[in-house]
Amino acid sequence: MTANISLPPVAEQSSPSHGHGERRWQDYFTFNTDHKVIGIQYMVMSFFFYLVGGLLAEGIRTELATPDPDLVDPALYNSMFTMHATIMIFLWIVPAGTGAFANYLIPLMIGARDMAFPKLNAVAFWMLPPAGVMLIGSFYFGTAQAGWTSYPPLSLTTGKVGEAIWIFSLLLGGTSSILGGINFMTTILKMRVPSMGMMQMPLFCWAMIATSALILIATPILAGALILLSFDLLAGTAFFNPTGGGHPVVYQHMFWFYSHPAVYIMVLPFFGIISEVIPIHSRKPIFGYGAIAYSSLAISFLGLIVWAHHMFTSGTPAWLRMFFMITTMIIAVPTGIKVFGWLATMWGGKISLNSPMLFAMGFLSTFVVGGISGVMLAAVPFDIHVHDTYFVVAHLHYVLFGGSVFGIFTGIYHWYPKAIGRMYSEFWGRVHFVMTFVGFNVTFLPMHILGLQGMPRRIAMYAPEFQTLNQVCTWGSYLLAVSTVPFLVNALWCWFKGEKAPDNPWNALTFEWMTSSPPEIENFEVLPVLTTGPYDYGVEEEEHLATIAS
Amino acid sequence: MQGSIDNKNQSIQISGTAESVAVAHGHEEHPDLRIFGLFMFLVAESALFIGLFVAYLTFRAVAPVWPPEGTPKLELLLPGINTVILISSSLVIHQADSAIKKNDVAGLRKWFGITALMGVVFLCGQVYEYMHLEFGLRTNLFASTFYVLTGFHGLHVLVGVMLMLAVLWRSIKSADHYSSTSHFGVEAAEIYWHFVDVIWIILFILLYLL
Repeated sequence: MTANISLPPVAEQSSPSHGHGERRWQDYFTFNTDHKVIGIQYMVMSFFFYLVGGLLAEGIRTELATPDPDLVDPALYNSMFTMHATIMIFLWIVPAGTGAFANYLIPLMIGARDMAFPKLNAVAFWMLPPAGVMLIGSFYFGTAQAGWTSYPPLSLTTGKVGEAIWIFSLLLGGTSSILGGINFMTTILKMRVPSMGMMQMPLFCWAMIATSALILIATPILAGALILLSFDLLAGTAFFNPTGGGHPVVYQHMFWFYSHPAVYIMVLPFFGIISEVIPIHSRKPIFGYGAIAYSSLAISFLGLIVWAHHMFTSGTPAWLRMFFMITTMIIAVPTGIKVFGWLATMWGGKISLNSPMLFAMGFLSTFVVGGISGVMLAAVPFDIHVHDTYFVVAHLHYVLFGGSVFGIFTGIYHWYPKAIGRMYSEFWGRVHFVMTFVGFNVTFLPMHILGLQGMPRRIAMYAPEFQTLNQVCTWGSYLLAVSTVPFLVNALWCWFKGEKAPDNPWNALTFEWMTSSPPEIENFEVLPVLTTGPYDYGVEEEEHLATIAS
Repeated sequence: MQGSIDNKNQSIQISGTAESVAVAHGHEEHPDLRIFGLFMFLVAESALFIGLFVAYLTFRAVAPVWPPEGTPKLELLLPGINTVILISSSLVIHQADSAIKKNDVAGLRKWFGITALMGVVFLCGQVYEYMHLEFGLRTNLFASTFYVLTGFHGLHVLVGVMLMLAVLWRSIKSADHYSSTSHFGVEAAEIYWHFVDVIWIILFILLYLL
């Protein structure tokens, strides 16, 4: 009874509306400033959009089961692939990585009670649902059809209303992303417990510094491009319209100056997640902490100077092509450093093949395929040969699905016990992994061959000789669709009926495991003190003390 | 039972002290994080303007003639005066900062009032210029970039003026809202205003002088 009376005044001040009470389910549907609530809001919302985007993908694959446009007419097909990409990028992968995981984990990992700017955080989240609703709603008015790249002059001629909605949704999403980046940067740099220096941070925090830097520098350029595009669309200017003296290629430069770094915005958080998951489930210290941390920053920097490799066929002069070819190939170096670091961490470790580890290994194998086809595409002659074919589609899905989505599932399984307070079902987690891994490869591996044979992307019909492989892809995509069922059932069932999770089911060393599962409202009853490095698994106590002393 | 309560009390003590060291929620005693956050925001804002500037420079670089033939010459007198007003307003707003650091709330109000007025004069000057220009938004590529860039900057000036009015309103509503130790609002408005000022200088050079 006395315990109730002696609540610290400081804690009361910082959350006046809730105190230290229980989290209520209604909180998840309101403007709540707790980073954990916001993290889960981001995750659930973005998963909903994953299902919407997935539904569109299944529509696309069903249409492509036959060479003729017999399921939907070509215009609707254009809308479908435009919306599929836009939703998957801006409402699933970006919010899941930089919204859900970063929000949920950063304060817990650095021993803070919340983000630096909790209200700003909630504002950033609540910008996204309207953006998503507008995008989906635009099907009623005729959606944007110019692809997620929305190149003018094409995007200026395919329906004003849909395109305007698309632009506005992206501006909202971009603003939300920037506000998030401000918060992550400030929180990580300024709010660590005093005992935690930069080199003792969990690697996820390093990854989020690199990601936030990209968000802050690159996203505004997309906003600039979209503002100019909206003037062209709505006010009749001609920034990007050659008929009025404008230059469409300037749009492409501005667009890709954001959208190539966006690839790293979409994958760096998952590099961070993989760096957390692999040492824990291999019971070994991470191999090359500094190398992995600094390579994130190197990727971030190099990611800003490779954008024009998307534009090798846009009349880019030869010397500029050369420059971007070289920078693009160099970016494989820091990425390779990470991959080797992860492999060396696993080497000789006591690997437990549970769901997070399986997805982490799935991430490694598929992401490396995507990375290598990326180096192939960086070579100018090869890129010109396969430009706008299914080879590019295969490559980007190996990076964004094989990389990001596998990373998302890795993170979900790994931190599910912490966030929900209950264990998921390991059996169904593994079933989910096998179905996803097989379904993914059956869907996207044949696309490499289709691309090399010359099948163009973004067209509802194709030459009949491509049909067999396309049907393989389509069946694979159905397996992929079904694979979400065991995940959803597992996640929802165990949310209510699962076995209670202990505070630290993985015997991990980072701070988020040193509080209750799920963490209390202000995260820690006592702020934790750093006594080990984040990944000192299998290290003797004396060595620990030596590391801390140094 | 007794033992566990003692334990809890002790732990609370620890968390209380640790919080004041390591955790800040944007309370009044931690203005530093908000300033840091503002700078992060200005990084993003700068990127946006740099993107637009580079787009402008690219349009300019690839055009055979710039500004495109038939574009009337820009008048320099009015925007020149406007530039002087805006630059000197940066010095004026700094007086407000010095005043509040000496707990001089009346000084804060005076200097913020003057700066806001200068901002309004700048905006009026710009509107006057728009109304007397011989080209419209759609005349040619130069005209479009001119209006979008200056308009976008004007929007930022407007936001700056509104920030200053908000600070004024708060300091008038309660005289002790800002003090020498707690004046994040004043500093934030000042930093933002300097930023808007710097952007204008670049803009002026790009559009009027080059």
